[in-house]
Amino acid sequence: MNVTQEKINGIQVLYVKEERIDAHNSADLKDHLLTMIEQGESDIVVQMETVRFVDSSGLGALLSGFKHAEAKSGKLALANVQQQVLSMFELTRLNRIFEFHADVQDCFFQDD
Amino acid sequence: MNNTANFQVDVIIPTKTKYLHLIGSIGEHIAKDLEDFSGDREALAYHLNLVLTEATTNAIKHANSEDPKDTVRVNIDIHEKELVIRVYDHGQGFDLETVPDPEFNQLKENGMGLFFIRTLMDSVIYKNLEGCNMLEIKKLLV
Repeated sequence: MNVTQEKINGIQVLYVKEERIDAHNSADLKDHLLTMIEQGESDIVVQMETVRFVDSSGLGALLSGFKHAEAKSGKLALANVQQQVLSMFELTRLNRIFEFHADVQDCFFQDD
Repeated sequence: MNNTANFQVDVIIPTKTKYLHLIGSIGEHIAKDLEDFSGDREALAYHLNLVLTEATTNAIKHANSEDPKDTVRVNIDIHEKELVIRVYDHGQGFDLETVPDPEFNQLKENGMGLFFIRTLMDSVIYKNLEGCNMLEIKKLLV
């Protein structure tokens, strides 16, 4: 899986540079997130601007990351989620669990 | 009656997840090229991509893992008012009726694939045929 990472204001931003997250690469994403969390980076934003398609295994990988980050008192949020991809979160009601941001900058400058 | 509305796509792939992109893309292209579809074409394109991806993933998972030459066949039958997807595998098979919908209050990391197929399409059955299994999914094009 093609990803890049940078730390901004203490938060790890993971840029997923793939068009699809499906059963071919979702295990890589899951492992990558778990490794980050095990290394103590449990405040994570997954930037999904280039992702046009996510299947059930992709949702599962993000949910796994969310649960593991939460277990370490951290948080996994999502940024730049495309509309059709967002509808998959809505269908499975995962939109109630994840925090969504219009872009990465939004994660650091919140009104609340 | 427009004859070009009826056609069939038949693909046989090795049981490897790297071909999911190919199968999903075929669904997207079909949705975008449908001649008389008046609904949300972008949504249909995503849904066909997703359902084909999930059904093929399922067939690969249930495939005969001891046979490196095992294949999955995906057949898409396009009619004016209905689209039928048939995915054939050579594995042990399973009972579709025993697969529950996910618990939304306690979502697990897997088990959402069949939920997508059931929710986004109009009917789904799984049959044991002679020498293989077939997942048949129908979508009304209205």
